[in-house]
Amino acid sequence: MPETKSDDLVQLTSRGWSPTIVAFFCNWCTYLAADLAGTSRMKYAPNVRVIRVMCSGRIDPQFVLDAFAKGADGVLIGGCHPGDCHYQEGNYKTLKRVQLLKPLLKAMGIEEDRFRLEWISASEADRLKVVVDDMVQKIQALGPLSVEVPAEAFAEEVAVS
Amino acid sequence: MRKPIYMPFPQAVPQVVAIDPDTCIEFKSGKCKKTCVEACADRGAIDFQQEPQLEEVSVGSIVLATGFKVFDAKRTPYYGYGVYPNVYTALEIERLVNASGPTGGEMVMRDGRKPKSVGIVHCVGSRDENTNRFCSRVCCMYSLKLAHLIKEKSDAEVYEFYIDIRAPGKSMEEFYNRVAEEGTHFIRGKVADVYPAPDNNGQLVMQAEDTLLGRMRKIPVDMVVLAVGLEPKADAEDVRRMFNITCSNEGWFVERHPKLAPVNTFTDGIFLAGACQGPKDIPDTVAQAGAAAAEAMALIDAGFIELEPNTAYIVEENCSGCKTCVPLCPFTAISFLDEKKVAEINEVLCKGCGTCVAACPSGSIHQNLFEDEEIYGEIEGVLAYA
Repeated sequence: MPETKSDDLVQLTSRGWSPTIVAFFCNWCTYLAADLAGTSRMKYAPNVRVIRVMCSGRIDPQFVLDAFAKGADGVLIGGCHPGDCHYQEGNYKTLKRVQLLKPLLKAMGIEEDRFRLEWISASEADRLKVVVDDMVQKIQALGPLSVEVPAEAFAEEVAVS
Repeated sequence: MRKPIYMPFPQAVPQVVAIDPDTCIEFKSGKCKKTCVEACADRGAIDFQQEPQLEEVSVGSIVLATGFKVFDAKRTPYYGYGVYPNVYTALEIERLVNASGPTGGEMVMRDGRKPKSVGIVHCVGSRDENTNRFCSRVCCMYSLKLAHLIKEKSDAEVYEFYIDIRAPGKSMEEFYNRVAEEGTHFIRGKVADVYPAPDNNGQLVMQAEDTLLGRMRKIPVDMVVLAVGLEPKADAEDVRRMFNITCSNEGWFVERHPKLAPVNTFTDGIFLAGACQGPKDIPDTVAQAGAAAAEAMALIDAGFIELEPNTAYIVEENCSGCKTCVPLCPFTAISFLDEKKVAEINEVLCKGCGTCVAACPSGSIHQNLFEDEEIYGEIEGVLAYA
């Protein structure tokens, strides 16, 4: 993964359009990495909105679809490395769901770079920074999310009953 | 030579003797007169049948105090450890100056002479891009102590090559000043090379840039001491996995919170003490170990455990009885009620990960504090100002 200069990204995203990314981070690994990045005063692109879940296994594929429907330009899922799950195997379930979800998103016309699953452990604040910066850069190049289905109908389609 | 029956070392705890099976005649041939058994008489403390045993113990909490590994000085070949006989690690010098050590506390070199000059290299395997970037925290103080003892026992000139002197604890700065007043020479600079003196007199030349004088110094010494640093244990990764806790990038165990929960880990009932959590000296270790023991006791003493509130529950009326959730739970908290044809979650066993909640096709599993509606609400919220 090429290292990007966060300062440039902050500059870039402060003028004109910049992507909004909804991130689901697990409480034990990636959320702590984000916390560490914060307490270490690391600089990374300010485009990520973090939603904390206890385990990446809690992430229903519908959450991802809902985020896209409500206007997210990208969705990032962060979990513990394989074998390191606080709940032993929640991240394996996530991996399976993501593998099923990816072709579906592709079929809907959502580019691959917009949806990402990353294993980031509690000590890997620098990796979180690299992942976020890289994702923002790629989505910045893609532009805003546009899907064939009009946003209103899309929301209806994936809404919870 | 050590006798077959020996005390491991004078301060051993417990203070009891052991038999060395490699030298004991009884162990080797079974033909010993066993005068030791005779001497012990009816106390009967000698048992040749004893063998190492593995015991399984059920416990309520665990304190991890697995310690550290000493940095291997051979990884910094430019200091010549293992090549020149008069290059020692600090731990070897520690044995030399120890009254119960091999020389009875005499400060001598391998050829029996007392050294006339000793150079101590700080930060070997610490604060170094090529080995470990962290500060090992104890080396400055033990180097100062060794300088003090070497001077006391040999009248040698002592040179300390340091990057920074870190003497931050109680009375430590005062000790640093005392050692400086005793005449130890402090040279601020990293030693770049150690090589035999050109006039072949057995001395070693220590070459370093004195960054306070701004010039190179080449100091011939009889003895070089490497202040080796601390490293995580080689098996820290295995231990970490066994207890489902976290390691930092370097391999030290991570505490739950540096200020609010410094001896706790992310796994309930597992506590940390000592250098397995990061380099620290004995007073800090003792303080931390006390805290860890108290935390472990508190957990046992309470007689009950507090559960997190974020457990999952099933709305029975909506459950279709598909059993998707049952095999998902690694804690076997979900069981299927055959008579009702619905699943049920045991809230005591549930750890609250929510994996089953996301998997339930009928949406009948909910998680306290992490309800679907709450998360949809959060998504809407974070995107409101997109």
